[in-house]
Amino acid sequence: MTDVMAFGTYETAWCPGCGNFRILEAVKRALSAADLRPRDVLFVSGIGQAAKAPHYLNANVFNGLHGRAIPAAVGAKLANPRLTVIVESGDGCVYGEGGNHLLAAIRRNADLKVLVHDNLVYGLTKGQASPTSEEGFITKAQPDGSYAEPFNPLALAIALKAPFVARGFSGNVDQLAALIGEALAHPGFALVDIFQNCISFNKVQTFAWFKKRCYELGAEHDPTDFNAALAKAYEWGDRIPTGVLFKCERPAFESRFPTAGAGPLATQAVDRAALARVIASYA
Amino acid sequence: MPKPEVVILVGGEAGQGLVTVGTLLSKAFVRAGYDVCVTQGYQSRIRGGHNTYELRAAVHDIAAPADEVDFLVALDETTLAADGPALRAGGVAIAAEDAEAPAATLRVPYKTLCPPRYANVAAAGVVGFLTGLPQETLVGVVEDAFHKKPDEAAANRDALAAAYAWAAANGAPFVRPLPAATPRPPRVMLNGNVAIALGAASAGAKFCAFYPMTPATGVPLTLAAHARTLGLVVEQAEDEMAAVNMACGASFAGAPSLVATAGGGFALMVEGVSLAAMTETPLVVVVGQRPAPATGLPTRTEQGDLDFVLHAGHGEFPRAVFAPGTVEDCFHLTRKAFELAARYQGPTFVLTDQWLADSERAVVLFDVDNLLPLAAYLPPASYPTPYRRYEITADGVSPRLLPGLGDELVVADSDEHTEDGHLTEDLGVRKAMVEKRLRKWEGLRAAIVPPAYYGLDGAENVLVCWGSTGGAAREAAAALTAAGTAVAVLHFTQVYPLDPPAFLPRLVKALRVIGVEGNAGGQFTGLLRREAGFHVDKFITRYDGLPMTPAYIRAALERLIAEEVS
Repeated sequence: MTDVMAFGTYETAWCPGCGNFRILEAVKRALSAADLRPRDVLFVSGIGQAAKAPHYLNANVFNGLHGRAIPAAVGAKLANPRLTVIVESGDGCVYGEGGNHLLAAIRRNADLKVLVHDNLVYGLTKGQASPTSEEGFITKAQPDGSYAEPFNPLALAIALKAPFVARGFSGNVDQLAALIGEALAHPGFALVDIFQNCISFNKVQTFAWFKKRCYELGAEHDPTDFNAALAKAYEWGDRIPTGVLFKCERPAFESRFPTAGAGPLATQAVDRAALARVIASYA
Repeated sequence: MPKPEVVILVGGEAGQGLVTVGTLLSKAFVRAGYDVCVTQGYQSRIRGGHNTYELRAAVHDIAAPADEVDFLVALDETTLAADGPALRAGGVAIAAEDAEAPAATLRVPYKTLCPPRYANVAAAGVVGFLTGLPQETLVGVVEDAFHKKPDEAAANRDALAAAYAWAAANGAPFVRPLPAATPRPPRVMLNGNVAIALGAASAGAKFCAFYPMTPATGVPLTLAAHARTLGLVVEQAEDEMAAVNMACGASFAGAPSLVATAGGGFALMVEGVSLAAMTETPLVVVVGQRPAPATGLPTRTEQGDLDFVLHAGHGEFPRAVFAPGTVEDCFHLTRKAFELAARYQGPTFVLTDQWLADSERAVVLFDVDNLLPLAAYLPPASYPTPYRRYEITADGVSPRLLPGLGDELVVADSDEHTEDGHLTEDLGVRKAMVEKRLRKWEGLRAAIVPPAYYGLDGAENVLVCWGSTGGAAREAAAALTAAGTAVAVLHFTQVYPLDPPAFLPRLVKALRVIGVEGNAGGQFTGLLRREAGFHVDKFITRYDGLPMTPAYIRAALERLIAEEVS
């Protein structure tokens, strides 16, 4: 087990009371329990308050564009399959701006661990509806309430047979650290949707709101049962399940490439003899 | 004395195998020692329509398409009507026996020569005979193409033999043999897209992500075809944003990376260009131009995206933009784009167009043993510590380590960032980082490929052109000079940045400077005004979707001079 202190402690740009603090703590604990060293891990994030999280721990970081963390992570993982690649961003970034990339990454089964801070609102742009906002959620941008049916990330991921689909809550750090640990250990794509309160802009889904509703799935839930998992993904209202909803095994995306197993692309020289043969084939 | 060149136009519907005929003939001409220049015209559809493959073959070097056709191979009747007018006096139309065709047409009984699906190969055989290509040369091409399918090779060989025999018996009045070619060093036949892909691979490219878009798709398809042999990763992305961000991610993790697209796809990638610049991630962007705005004419050619590529990406950052004039340039300038992207850690561009991308040429084999690729990564023995990805340096280039390939942590950020890569809103750091990034201009400026000047020193007319119009401009200039009007060509293959002292005296001395561009607005001459303070007020432009030809330029220049005189 790596000392959790190896992942450091930093001053943040988050509001006091933000759910992000506990998510950060859970992430560090999970990395430490997984015996990962900072140099082995690459965090790829987008834009938003959640996307700043990788700046507040010791690891390799590529903090890219809004919505585009997943494709950047896919590229990095293909370039160096030995890296543990974690995508960490918010619901607006991953489910809104980056929705198509989420679909494609699950279909590919890219070996990414996608941690989504889901506070059901856009925080950094100061309080507009997010894809997961409930219908009727009133903001300055949606003064009559959000018109759209909320996006259900878990149902989507299960429908596409993502190998690992879980939900955590920033108010249950022990469970969250364990879920992230399981995601790290499970081969292939993993989605961990993480409820968190937004202290500044979500006055409906507050910490207490989540605390009251979230319950831990017990042994009676079989995460390998597709239909049961899908049913759990749609459970919403007074009681909302947390834990591992779905698990399956699929061939790893990265292993399908002819370069798989050859190590990082950066360390591979041009095979000049092969290149000469290829060029000569155009005679 | 026989004419030292021949122009063959093969026309038909998509799906009739006209590219097969064309490619077969082109390769045979290359093997027989001729130079070739191919122009492909096709439509945005899968079957039907009217497509053309124009092959110009010559004893001497050529780099431009022609306007007049010697042999028109009509695989359908539409071709006779649509392309008949391009046939020069004394030219030969070749059509099926039962086609509605003018009396002078050479009618070939394909049905008696071979099974219907080999009619296109038989057509190639007829043209081969009429132009004096040895039958064995064509047979050699099909045998190489089908070396894994002996039955297919035999069927092709039989169709060629039947066609040669038939043409020998019936084609005598139509024979127009090319003079024998002079011996040349070993050559291959490549188009612009293939040359870019091979240039990239030779430079050390290891990763390409793409979303298919004409005319650039040939670049990733070529890389994909050789991915196993060359150890490359090629991935079709879900969209262009994904493609460019995948490439940035792969490059950050150390794989020399490229994306290839057309203007519309590039429009979607633009934020990623800015990302590469801000994160100081090497990235090569290939843009194959086609007529726009929006979807435009998807399968035709234009040089209309220069302004776009020059300005693409929000914010200020260094860039280099190359515009290959030939297929060899596609190879070598793509290599240069990789070298500069790696050295200056940011985006570089290769700007081609549909004509060049699809134009097959004979290219002397590259000397692979003497082409240095980017070095494979070895963690450096020493570097300044503590390691800071964006350490402020005199030339703006910071030491680059790779994540996961050493003990140091590598942190990159699209936000403004501190030297160690973490986001900052410190305005002093912001200022220092802008200046650091912009200092990389100095290195890029020192590496500029100057324009080439062709023609007599002090020629009174100078054609200024860039990219793929170079070949047509040079041929037009040579012909006009031979006819008594001194015309020179200043041809740019790097369009940004520019080094005015290297070329300005040529322009200042000329009586007339004429911008020759495949667009309506004279975009490059606008750039010259801005960068060199030189004002061009005479233009030869083309924006009907077709490439510049020597005859087009010559006629336009003669008109310009005549207007001046009158």
